[in-house]
Amino acid sequence: MKTGYTISGVAHVGLIGWALFGGSFAPTPEPFEVTEVVAISEAEFESLLAGTEPPETVSDIVVPEQPAPDVEQPEQPSPSAVDQPPALQQPDETPPPRPEARPVPPELTPPTPAEVNDDVAILAPPSDAPETAGPVTPVRPNPRPANRVAPEAVAPPEPEDKVADIAQDEATSDAAGEEQLPDQEKTVEEAANTEIVTEAEQGDSTAPSRSLRPKARPNRPQRPAETETADSTPDTTPDTRSAVDDLLAGLTNDTETPTPARPSGPPLTSGEKDALRIAVQKCWNTGSLSTEALKTTVVVGVSMNEDGTPDTGTIRLIESRGGSGGSVNQAFQAARRAIIRCGARGFSLPSDKYEQWRDIEMTFNPENMRIK
Amino acid sequence: MIKRFLTLLAAALAFGLPTLGAAAPLRIEITEGVIEPLPIAAPDFVAETGSAAQLAKDIAQLVADDLSGTGLFREIPESAYISGITSFSSPVQFADWKAINAQALVTGAVSLQSGGRLTVKFRLYDVFAGTELGSGLQFSGTQDGWRRMAHKVADEVYSRITGESGYFDSRVVYVSETGPKNDRKKRLAIMDYDGANLQFLTDSRSIVLAPRFSPTGDRILYTSYETGFPRIYVLDVASVRRRVLEQQQGTMSFAPRFSPDGQDVVYSLTQGGNTDLYKMSISAGRSQRLTSAPSIETAPSFSPDGSRIVFESDRSGTQQLYIMDANGGEPKRISFGKGRYGTPVWSPRGDLIAFTKQSKGRFHIGVMRIDGSEERLLTASFLDEGPTWSPNGRVIMFTRETQGAGGAASLYSVDITGRNLKRVRTQGGGSDPAWSPLQN
Repeated sequence: MKTGYTISGVAHVGLIGWALFGGSFAPTPEPFEVTEVVAISEAEFESLLAGTEPPETVSDIVVPEQPAPDVEQPEQPSPSAVDQPPALQQPDETPPPRPEARPVPPELTPPTPAEVNDDVAILAPPSDAPETAGPVTPVRPNPRPANRVAPEAVAPPEPEDKVADIAQDEATSDAAGEEQLPDQEKTVEEAANTEIVTEAEQGDSTAPSRSLRPKARPNRPQRPAETETADSTPDTTPDTRSAVDDLLAGLTNDTETPTPARPSGPPLTSGEKDALRIAVQKCWNTGSLSTEALKTTVVVGVSMNEDGTPDTGTIRLIESRGGSGGSVNQAFQAARRAIIRCGARGFSLPSDKYEQWRDIEMTFNPENMRIK
Repeated sequence: MIKRFLTLLAAALAFGLPTLGAAAPLRIEITEGVIEPLPIAAPDFVAETGSAAQLAKDIAQLVADDLSGTGLFREIPESAYISGITSFSSPVQFADWKAINAQALVTGAVSLQSGGRLTVKFRLYDVFAGTELGSGLQFSGTQDGWRRMAHKVADEVYSRITGESGYFDSRVVYVSETGPKNDRKKRLAIMDYDGANLQFLTDSRSIVLAPRFSPTGDRILYTSYETGFPRIYVLDVASVRRRVLEQQQGTMSFAPRFSPDGQDVVYSLTQGGNTDLYKMSISAGRSQRLTSAPSIETAPSFSPDGSRIVFESDRSGTQQLYIMDANGGEPKRISFGKGRYGTPVWSPRGDLIAFTKQSKGRFHIGVMRIDGSEERLLTASFLDEGPTWSPNGRVIMFTRETQGAGGAASLYSVDITGRNLKRVRTQGGGSDPAWSPLQN
């Protein structure tokens, strides 16, 4: 337990350190290509030294026919042209004496941040060094607690009578449909419980006796190259990576960085996954399941349409545990109904990450819903 | 060497994993759901003959009532329907039923022939899946038996949706009570599980207690004070004939219960001020003593396989529950909570034992595992006692008596989850219910 905290602590400290100074280490290849430009013009370098202001360097970059990179650089920061120079100024203080030395420092620095860099590269361009340094500290405490708190914090805002809304919308024009709504709302509020309170227990406070079991972390698709630094802190890398991924996922969500290179898009944040889980569990009705079916865990696969609705024809039983044929079928049917009912209007999923949730496997584990 | 290998491995992973990761589906685990009644639509059955119009309506309503009464289903009112069922064989417009959130749909047809022959057929649909659940089924009988046919339809629907058998086509025998508390008349009564078709089996000249069905439902054991002392009788339901089962001079016998094979009866016998358990073979008439203790042993109940007996005893100083072999032997105590435990009844499923508990001045109906673990109290009132299991082991019926001089006993039922507590419809007061097995 303690070692876990230690590992996590070390990983997070490393992360903060990297996030604070990673920008100055210039981990990605792109910025350094820009610096190579400097090496090109030795003759002009003196003029550069004379004119210390960064804007000149920009103009210089543009003017020299440094292939493509030069043109891109000024275009990118154009809205925040002021931001770009500071980044250059830092190196400028050291480089003047030794211009060629610039390419060198980057190569020396990578060892520390190493594997995580790829994702940073995605994030770094939009948010400049000062910005990343700011958010890191406040963001950090959020991801962890979110796993435990989010289900309760997120659930209330979503309307509980969602099912009724669905029925209402589709019934639209009929007066009968309008009469139906209040009736459904009543029953949902009255009967939907995640915990059974018997007559004998009434009056006592029934706080949940156990917390939700932590979810298994889904495997993360992106695995950056770790060739250079296989020797440095190999034991802590998985934890570090997952923690960093969580953080970066949150950051990506905030900054909405486009990732054109990867067809799958960024991974879903834990908040997005929680939202999906809560949306499904609101329709997972175990009230009519037999005691045998309540002992059966089923894994159900479904392919999703781009609008967030499930492709109902693809809902299939992948795996089951703990039940016989009949109870497995009952459990599967209840799971299928949950997916179809609550997905009828489309789950709230980020469309830019469609490739991440095109196929979903949902494990319906009724352990907490069981009649004990 | 190792370093090189690791480097190559890392490189391979770096190039290989992204493609693998992209193909992997998103995985989430759902561990919390909701417990609410399943919305079900049961529109009027189609009357295939003109004379069956009213029956078609009544049968559909009874099916809906049966299902709604479980607390597991919620009937969608007819006023919400977008479309109706006009033909039993025409395709179902699932979109219309989906729009009103009906998750299951029961359709049916009724025909009444000139000879009084009644035919009821039905289909069950999973609306959101757009498929039929199981295949259509048909029942035939006399017009008088329309309620039983409706119950059978409901049993089948219940079974197909929940995965466990139903309990609607069953009966309940109980002690009907009338009159004030100080002069209460008691007689045996039998009725459908929902209170219909009431029939009295005995008169009110003597006190009767604790009726119990045989495993086939054709006989009833009960205790009567007809002779001034409690005696066990066995009554044939069809002919309403009865005979004394146990008659020893100077003894009192009571609390009988059939073994699962219907061949034996286990009961309490008081002799010389001491009460012990005995088992009697009905056919041979021989009795076997099962316990031999100076305490009171009573309220025995067989396990479904007939191998063990659960009973109550005050051998520890307070009334507690014990389990022993069906042929006697050393009992093992299973109740250890605060309070007194009594009237244990083994579940038809074999996994639970229902009991009455008295604690802190209140009575409870509860259930526990057969090893005494996971005790759960389902009710609480001034006086709750005498639980009996539904044939499928999902519902418990019991007696609830109100306080005061004007207090009366009535029958209640509760789901084993503790939900759906409700009063059972009876004519007058009632106590000591016993649920029959499903009828054939």
